[in-house]
Amino acid sequence: MISLPVPVIDPAISVVNAIIYLLLAPFVGGLIAGIDRRVTARMQGRVGPPILQPFYDVGKLFEKENIVVTTTQNFYVLSYLVFMGAAGMLFFAGGDMLLVIFAFTLSHIFLVLGAYASFSPYSHVGAERELIQIIAYEPMIILTAVGMYMVTQSFFVSAIANSGIPIILYLPGVFIGYLIVLTIKLRKSPFDLSTSHHAHQEIVKGVTTDFSGPNLAKIEIAHWYEYVFLLGVVYLFFGFNPLIALAAIVVAYFLEILIDNTISRVKWQLTLRSAWLVAGTLGIVNLGVLFYLKGVLAP
Amino acid sequence: MIDFHLNYGGQFVQISQLLLFLILFPVVTALFMLFARRGSERCWIVRISAIAIGGAVIVLLLSAFDKGFVSYQIGSEQIGQLMFVIEMLLAVYILYLGVKHRKSFTIALILVQAALLLVFEGGLISGIHPVNSLFVDQFSLIMAIIIGIIGSLICVYALGYMDTYHHHHAEIKDRRRLFFSVLFLFLAAMFGLVFSNNLVWIFFFWEITTICSFLLIGYSQTPEATNNAFLALSMNLLGGVAFLGAMIYLAVMDPSGKLFALDSLIHSGYGVAIVPAVLISFAGITKAALMPFSSWLLGAMVAPTPVSALLHSSTMVKAGVYMIVRFAPVLSGTTEGLIIALVGGVTFLLASGMAISQDNAKRVLAYSTIANLGLIVACAGIGTFNLMWVAILLILFHAIAKSLMFLCVGTVEHRIGSRNIEDMAGLIVRMPKIAVMMFIGIAGMFLAPFGMVISKWAAIEAFVNAPFGLIFIAILAFGGSLTVFFWSKWMGKIISVTHLREVVENSVVKEKWAVLYILTGLVIVVALIFPLISSVLIEPFVMNIYGMTTRLSQANLTIMIMMLGLLMIMPFSMLFYRTGSRQVPPYMGGRPMVSDTKFSGSMGVTRQITLSNYYLENYFGEERLFMTGVTLCWGLLLLAGILLAGVIL
Repeated sequence: MISLPVPVIDPAISVVNAIIYLLLAPFVGGLIAGIDRRVTARMQGRVGPPILQPFYDVGKLFEKENIVVTTTQNFYVLSYLVFMGAAGMLFFAGGDMLLVIFAFTLSHIFLVLGAYASFSPYSHVGAERELIQIIAYEPMIILTAVGMYMVTQSFFVSAIANSGIPIILYLPGVFIGYLIVLTIKLRKSPFDLSTSHHAHQEIVKGVTTDFSGPNLAKIEIAHWYEYVFLLGVVYLFFGFNPLIALAAIVVAYFLEILIDNTISRVKWQLTLRSAWLVAGTLGIVNLGVLFYLKGVLAP
Repeated sequence: MIDFHLNYGGQFVQISQLLLFLILFPVVTALFMLFARRGSERCWIVRISAIAIGGAVIVLLLSAFDKGFVSYQIGSEQIGQLMFVIEMLLAVYILYLGVKHRKSFTIALILVQAALLLVFEGGLISGIHPVNSLFVDQFSLIMAIIIGIIGSLICVYALGYMDTYHHHHAEIKDRRRLFFSVLFLFLAAMFGLVFSNNLVWIFFFWEITTICSFLLIGYSQTPEATNNAFLALSMNLLGGVAFLGAMIYLAVMDPSGKLFALDSLIHSGYGVAIVPAVLISFAGITKAALMPFSSWLLGAMVAPTPVSALLHSSTMVKAGVYMIVRFAPVLSGTTEGLIIALVGGVTFLLASGMAISQDNAKRVLAYSTIANLGLIVACAGIGTFNLMWVAILLILFHAIAKSLMFLCVGTVEHRIGSRNIEDMAGLIVRMPKIAVMMFIGIAGMFLAPFGMVISKWAAIEAFVNAPFGLIFIAILAFGGSLTVFFWSKWMGKIISVTHLREVVENSVVKEKWAVLYILTGLVIVVALIFPLISSVLIEPFVMNIYGMTTRLSQANLTIMIMMLGLLMIMPFSMLFYRTGSRQVPPYMGGRPMVSDTKFSGSMGVTRQITLSNYYLENYFGEERLFMTGVTLCWGLLLLAGILLAGVIL
């Protein structure tokens, strides 16, 4: 497994953590994707592919010829992957949570730009929808970081992870909110608007329509990096006890798969509304209570 | 560099001379502009003046950055009388224009203002002793850099732009002598505003900026331009009336006139300073075009683009937020301050939303300006020490990126004949250099690790510990994500490769290129050296006022510089991809592609692919959000007014 931040202020350990993430996250992420496909298949009454299937797929994609609409697509995809990796490294090095979030936004913008660059209707609609997804989930992600700060008095992931505080008890609303936007980020139904892991998508493959071969492989690897980061945030809620945290990650991911297979895709309007509603109610109310308690209990 | 052993007296004279030079030299240039008949004369005067102003600002920065707050006594009795005479003459001029164009609201406002001014100058000012009227501190220095460098770059750019402008618009009367004259007058007024420590002087320069913007907005003399110019004038005169109200209140409260010095007013505490602080903040809100007064800044779009660039980046709106940030220590922790911050916050959120629904590039930029000014005011209204730090940083970053964006849009508009974002599709092929500059400018507005995101980030971290901070964190979280949407889709538009392949940027003159290159460089350089700017200028300033200051985390700085480095290296990866990828047309659902952007439709018709961005009118439609904002903000301002009446009585 990925080494999650151990008690650090020591830069050497941060660097080691970051490098471990960089090297191992694709394998962990790929495995998660493999298990995901298997579980999904079982839910649908199929046998499903081998657990290692995602690795075979990506390996094969790398063997294909690099076909593009415009050569700049290569640049955008590479930047997407590089900044995804960099943002995740920053997270696992124990860096500033907000900076990590902004770095992830930066990386996503590169994917969106890559889709825009090809000037095709399918990727164009995919790109617009991807942007709508970004504005849908970003408020909740920022509120998550702010909530963790309010509990632990630090934006630094290392300090949050090692605070020893059962953050989940203070932020139950924020946690549920985070799980809901996690559905968007994992590209799970009902929010898999811009591109989907399933075969049924009304805009072909959406944001990834015009990527093929090695470029598509890089996008897939970037997804794996992202999985590990996203589940790392789940870990932070339970950072006081690594075993409970791992259990929480497993349960959370299983829930996501279950939702994916039981709820049909919604339109962007409902995606935006529900994500904002969740952030505006669960998120803000939870933080408001914390603000109030902070004022009352520790004046 | 600075020699600390120098005689301080000698140093001070030098700095005060620089301050006077910066205020008076643009006035002299303005006078010359009025009489420069030939285009070549104008070009040379503008270029030389721009260099002189920019140079003087840099000399001022080098000689004053470590001095903190220094003020100078200038014989203010006679100058005050001169200013009064000029103000009355301007009032008569506005009255004449108001009658000529039948603008009853403007007439009413100018009459009220003139009456108040007469009361103030005639009855109240007599007891007021001259104060140290000129001053400079780190915040003034930052403002001076923005005005002196960005402002004069815009003036140089305007030379080439106005040539093309009159070439394209033959029907508009060529009044370039007046135009350039007013541009430099504007710069002079802005310098005066940020270097004045005497409220009477500040008010004078405040009014001059109002008149300058009025003249520039109405430049083309079309009915639309005239109407919008009067709209801007009326709203700013309303602010001017509030400003005068603050001065009269102070004169009545403290006839000794000590409180007319900005520095002593700010340090005089809640009881004395809150009324003028709120009144002047109201004036600031009108000038900074926050809701409910945002319409004047949108109307100002009729003016030639350099005017928009000037209004949005280095002058006018920045004067509004400058004053509010100055009063932040007074507003901090008060209900009135919270209300003003809320006006800013509501403006930030709604203006960011409205920008999504716009396809006119200049309107998108305008809404983005309004949103950022709202954020600055939100920071200043809450006014804790780290929010003051954020506010100043925002002013700086915004000025650079926004001026670059306006000048890029202006250049594009002249080449492709449209300022619609939809028409900018494929700009990366048609105007590659401009497109890259726009790309960097947009990145500067919303992407890590550039300026505006640094500020947004610092703002979130600062609001967490501020009273009522949660409201503003929510506003930032939602509003911030909206900005991501409208900037990204614009970026996507310019980088998509369409059927339009003709390069049209070759006819752009060298002068414009030079200005654009410098501004693009500044966006990147300032993102790199902002820690230096912060430690040399902003932190000492905040320290001086609050006794504590924001410190940047070294670890985060290192990471951001690494990110910036990575971002600058990435484009080189394109060199590797020159060869080795096979190019094919995009996927069109199985329809055969005729060329790479055409496909064969049904019945054998060849069709061109056209793509359009989302504008989400039903959610972020201008009218609906505007009405919401105006109602909310008027409500808030009314509430502030009631509170203020309570304090006065």
